[in-house]
Amino acid sequence: MTDRDIAMRHRSEVAVSVELETPGMTLNIGPQHPSTHGVLRLIANVDGERIISVQPVIGYMHRGYEKLSEVRTYVQITTLVNRIDWVAGFASEVPYIVAVERLMGVEPPERAQWIRLILSELARIASHLVFMSSYPLELGAITPLFHALRDRERVLELIEGVTGGRFHPNFNRVGGVKPAAGAGKQQRGVSQDIPAGWFAQTQSTMERIFGMCDDLDTLVVGNELFKARTVGVGIIPADRAIEYGLSGPNLRASGVPYDLRKVEPHLPYPEVEFNVISAESGDCHDRYVVRLNEIREAAKIVLQAVDKIPSGPLVAKVPRLIKVPKGQTYVRGENPKGEFGYYIISEGGQKPYRMKIRSTSFSNLSILPWILEGQLIPDLVAVMGSLDFVLGDVDR
Amino acid sequence: MTSGFFWLDTFVKVAIALGFMLGLALPVIYAELKIMAHMQNRVGPYYAGGRWGWAQPIADGLKFVQKEDLVPADADAPVFKTAPYVVIMATIAIFVVIPLGPDLVARDLDLGAFYLLAISSIGTLGVLMAGWSSANKYSLMGGLRAAAQLIAYELPLLLAVLAVVVQAGTMSLTGIVEAQSAAITIGPISVSLPFILTGQIISFVIFVIAMVAELSRIPFDMPIAESELTMGYLTEYSSVRFSMFFLAEYASLIALSMVVATLFLGGYFVPLVPEAWLNLVGPMVVLGKAALIVFFVLWIRSTFPRLREDQLQNLAWRWLIPISLVNILVISFFAVAI
Repeated sequence: MTDRDIAMRHRSEVAVSVELETPGMTLNIGPQHPSTHGVLRLIANVDGERIISVQPVIGYMHRGYEKLSEVRTYVQITTLVNRIDWVAGFASEVPYIVAVERLMGVEPPERAQWIRLILSELARIASHLVFMSSYPLELGAITPLFHALRDRERVLELIEGVTGGRFHPNFNRVGGVKPAAGAGKQQRGVSQDIPAGWFAQTQSTMERIFGMCDDLDTLVVGNELFKARTVGVGIIPADRAIEYGLSGPNLRASGVPYDLRKVEPHLPYPEVEFNVISAESGDCHDRYVVRLNEIREAAKIVLQAVDKIPSGPLVAKVPRLIKVPKGQTYVRGENPKGEFGYYIISEGGQKPYRMKIRSTSFSNLSILPWILEGQLIPDLVAVMGSLDFVLGDVDR
Repeated sequence: MTSGFFWLDTFVKVAIALGFMLGLALPVIYAELKIMAHMQNRVGPYYAGGRWGWAQPIADGLKFVQKEDLVPADADAPVFKTAPYVVIMATIAIFVVIPLGPDLVARDLDLGAFYLLAISSIGTLGVLMAGWSSANKYSLMGGLRAAAQLIAYELPLLLAVLAVVVQAGTMSLTGIVEAQSAAITIGPISVSLPFILTGQIISFVIFVIAMVAELSRIPFDMPIAESELTMGYLTEYSSVRFSMFFLAEYASLIALSMVVATLFLGGYFVPLVPEAWLNLVGPMVVLGKAALIVFFVLWIRSTFPRLREDQLQNLAWRWLIPISLVNILVISFFAVAI
């Protein structure tokens, strides 16, 4: 028996003779874990199933968009920004392009603004439908996934019909939206900006969305076991939510009816009627219900916008070479996930000097260590899923 | 029916048992794929086998056979390798006492119901072995969850069977079926009714809930819990050993469904069929009744999310056990009084 063995044996005997301690176990969740939405990593210190503390590790998907945008022209950056939150690609394009337009002093034509509004709301529906499908799946219910994604496909078809892309539309231009393919002098007269029959298809799809929301109401929201898992779980009080910088449905579920579409709209939201959905208790169930009702509101907005959309040009008069004068601005919009903003500093020229992206999921995720403390592991999944983040949006 | 050669006998019996289990498990897997698909606006398997994807379970099984049989470096190898056999053995052993006809039963034990409850819990031991030996924290938590789950569902399961035994007056499963085929005479009408219609409805509900928990299926699939524990105690398993767990899960689903059919739905007995024919139609009848239960379990799976472990304990100890105790009291009273 070597010295080392003797020492080990001695140590083990000592360990047995003292009072048994059960130290916390370190559980590494992710970055390849089924319910971390990609590559989030959580280092959890657990005592049995109870979580003592959680430390989120982010950055596995950092693509450096803020730096990349410094070496790209304003036109090229539109390709990057819709890849930040890919489930709602169009919605993250809009604040950027509005920021550039404000710096240049360009006002986009009305029709372009309405098209932006419709597509933003479609992106909101598409984004929330991903949540509608993935959240029950994390709790173990499989069926809602297929119901929600089936109708999300219809919405993506609509987005594709106008923009040509399902996830990354890249449809905004400085001063408006992309004119139809081959928009020469002759084409411009025909005004084929939106495909024929698209509005009728939109209306019928929105009817389907209403029906699907009713389905989810009975299948998920009213499900006793779903309630057992979510009601009273992961409560975020309103003051906490504000302290941690939560925004969007997560904030509204905590009882703060704050919606940038009402507060500082840069699209013609004042001309459509919609309610700001909010709930009271701020638990997981409320966050689900708020998003479900926001789908309904978004569908109503789309239906109104389809009726109200004016005709006219798609792009304002802008110089062929986009040059932004010196200045800085911050433009924020109500992304499906919350407040999404771009802070652009221009030193003049074709490229921004610096662009800061205020991405929603990053701020929404920051509450995780606080809210997960003392929860059970099944509730970790329930709470984390209810915050609805996208890792591309967290890491940028 | 013995040939006199011990090994030949044994071989034939094992072959029959294996064929029986596979023959039942594969259709159940296929049914799950197809039924859940139709509940979820999908088509399900379509191409395998040429038509309706009927060969999908076989193709899946062959795929598992091709995979490498991995044993993690830190795993407790003997325990890790034995665990699937323990699970599958416990499942096969359930079939021993299930009567498929008046004479079609592998062994009609006097303590059939008792044996059944004892042997079906052994599977949990295999699960615990798998969870412990995998040297993986997720597996360990899955295994311990399975053990904790046993504490919750085992007692309601037992008490539900006890109520049936009190009414039938025997623990032999054949005896229980015969008790259900005995005619009840009310005035001019004389009918044979299964136990579910003669006062065992509460035991039936409790048994089915506890059965779903024993099978670790949604809403009680906490030991596997894909979204929490990746795959629970199955995380480190691959290849044939994984497929053994998989087969055992479906085989025990059909086995316990057959137990439900036997205890509550009248087993192999159907009215209006002469006694002599029961050996012939009996297997079909039992499987048909079991298929109803299987369908119900699949239906539950595509409807509900997963409960938490503490919620299952709450359900079992605060509701199921008190209710089944009162149920036994009531049934005993009637059994003595009538």
